[in-house]
Parts: sequence; C-alpha cells; structure tokens
Amino acid sequence: MTAERPTRIPEILRKHEAEMLRHWMRLQQEAVTRRRDLISDQELQAQSQEFLGLLAAAVQAAGFADVQRGAEWAPVRDMLATISRSRSIQGFTPAETAAFVFSLKPALYERIREELGTDANGQFEELRRADELLDRLGLYTAEVHQKSREAVILRQQQDMLELSTPVVKLWDGILALPMIGTLDSARTQVVMETLLQRIIETGAEVAILDITGVPTVDTLTAQHLIKTVTAARLMGAECIISGIRPQIAQTIVHLGVELGDVITKATLADAFAMALRRLSLGVTRVTSPRA
Amino acid sequence: MDRIPILKMGDLLLVTIQVDMHDQLALTLQDDLTDRISRTGARGVLIDISSLEVVDSFIGRMLANIAGMARVLDAVTVVVGMQPAVAITLVELGLALPGVRTALNVERGMDLLRGAVHDRSLEVSDDGRAE
Repeated sequence: MTAERPTRIPEILRKHEAEMLRHWMRLQQEAVTRRRDLISDQELQAQSQEFLGLLAAAVQAAGFADVQRGAEWAPVRDMLATISRSRSIQGFTPAETAAFVFSLKPALYERIREELGTDANGQFEELRRADELLDRLGLYTAEVHQKSREAVILRQQQDMLELSTPVVKLWDGILALPMIGTLDSARTQVVMETLLQRIIETGAEVAILDITGVPTVDTLTAQHLIKTVTAARLMGAECIISGIRPQIAQTIVHLGVELGDVITKATLADAFAMALRRLSLGVTRVTSPRA
Repeated sequence: MDRIPILKMGDLLLVTIQVDMHDQLALTLQDDLTDRISRTGARGVLIDISSLEVVDSFIGRMLANIAGMARVLDAVTVVVGMQPAVAITLVELGLALPGVRTALNVERGMDLLRGAVHDRSLEVSDDGRAE
C-alpha cells in the first residue's frame, strides 16, 4: 500500500444509517451485556440514533485524526461522556458501558463489506480504520466511566472525613473527640483544626481524644495524636487519650512508641471521670425519694 | 523605637503582644522582661498572645527562651490566648514549648499563675521550716 485511499466510511454511515441502526439495536438487544432492568429500549434507541448521527458528522468533518482532542469530535465525546456517566450512576459495569460502542462494530463491518464487495484491499483498509476508531471511542467511554466512579469515591471520602470528626461537648469545659477510622495526615489536620476551633468557642479546659474506633496505632498515628495533644496544650487545654484497646496497648509498647507525658485511659468513662476531677466536679448518687 | 509594654501587677508582670512580632521587637522584649523581673523581683509573668496571628520559628523559640530565662530568675511564665493557627504552626515546627504553662484566656491564665506562684512560695517556706 502506498498512498492512503480516501475513506468511504462517512458515506457508508450516511447512506445506511437507518439499516445500521436497526442492525445495531438488534445486536445490543441480543448481547449478554444488555441490561433491560436498567435502560429501556426507547432510551437505548434514542441514544444509538444520536450517536450514529454525531459519528457520521464527525468523521465527515475531521476524518479519523484527533478523536481524543479534536474540536470536531467534541460533540461525540460529550455525548459518550454523558452516556457513560449516566450509566455508571445507573450501575452499569465498565464492560457493559463500553459494549455500547463496541457492539456497533459488526453492524458497521457488514455495511462496509456490502459496499466494497470484491475490493479486498479497500475492505481491509476501511475495516482497519473503523476498528481503530471504534476502539478509541469505546476506550474513551470506559475511561469516563472510571473517572466518574473515582469522583464518587472522592466525594465519599470527603463526606467520611467530615462525618468522622465530630467534636462533642460532654460537660461545661469538657470536649470529647470520638475518632473513627484510620488516622492519616489529612485526617489529623482536620481533627486538629476542628478541635482547636471548638476549644476557642467553648472555652474548654479538657479534651478527651477517644481512639476506640481507630483500628490500628502505628508510630505515625501516635505521632499525629501527640501533635494534636501538643497543639491543644499550647492553647491551654489538657488532653486525655482514651479508648486504648489491649491490642493497641501491646502494639504501642512493642513498637516503642513514646507517648511522652500524655495522659492515657482505657475507657472514655475513666477519662471523663478524670476530666471531672480536674474541674473539681464530681458525680454523686441521688437518694431516691421512693426509698 | 517601638517596645512592647510590660505592666506590673503586684508581684506579677503582664505582657500583651498586640502588634506583629518582628525579630528585633522580640529581642527587645526579651531584654526588657529579664531586666524587669530581676529589678522588681516578680514571681510570675503572663504573656498574652491572643492578637498574634502569625509566628515563625524565631518567635516560637523566643517564647520558649523567655520562659526559660524567667524560670532561671525564679518566675513562672504562663502563655495565654494562643490562636489555633499559631498552635498548629508551632507543633508543625516542632516547637512544643516544653516547660511553658498555657491557658485559654487572660482570666484563666491569671488563676493559673497565682496558683503556681502560691505553690512555689509554699515550697520555699516548707523548705525553710525543715532547715
């Protein structure tokens, strides 16, 4: 093969649009990746028709170059991105999403064979181009699908970060911070900022960091805890670390983690009792009037 | 030259930092304060840094130094009103100010300081009686 022959795909796409759409719809309906529970036939038909139209226009305008970036391909990309995003929300798998584009292949190849008949070289050339094009578009949908899943994960992480760092007021001057989940640098930063802000707002003198919900404590976690305690101390509030499970106590000692002069208690109740003592408060039993 | 005023209340000294601390100002404060402690025989120093929004390692070290010098001169130092951002910065800089007492506001700082000064004078009189 010397010079590239001009492609006939745009022409084929235009000429056989209706027939190809019928063929493609049949293929999609028969495919194992068809999710009748998630998307209706009418919707699928509308999406397929729109895609074919846009595809024909884009191939006509720009050929096969720059599918990922070219301006002429932007409508096709936008449409695929919309489909991909909506499908990822509806619960399609990446394979099921990409199958939308890939299932067009047999329909298109059939038309190419019909059109080019005996011209074996021409057929091969067109098939190669169409194959490459649809592969790229299919991969693009998979990519967008993955990105939208990642966006969901990121948002959930953010939500979790905010959810899992509440600062509760146990008593006048006593704050508690029940920590849940792994303590990494980002979490510690949020915890520290919210705690210090609440100390200012409430004028608390004692803060209890409860680590019952922290699955493991390693040297890094301990360092983060110590940082929080130190920062609170600098502002004039005392910190007590509570909720240290037996396994965690063992880990701390085995790792040789130095907690310094930080006060630690086994349970939140112990820490609260100590905080009350610090504020010269106490709990007494009320004698029941019925007795 | 600007200076940070040092107020005397009985046997306590009161320092309120209400301007941006620059290095020279910090050094002058260090000089003035040590001078005043030794001249007046003050037993306690209260430093209010509630208006201090920005610290660097130098200012952080200076706070620790002042506390150390005051201790040598037999006075207790209490730092009050540290802003959250300042506290986080100091911790990240690794300046935990060991040996410096802290309180949330001036009122609590005063209580703490009076208590500390009282405790120390008791210690001294106890020692005196024992001898």
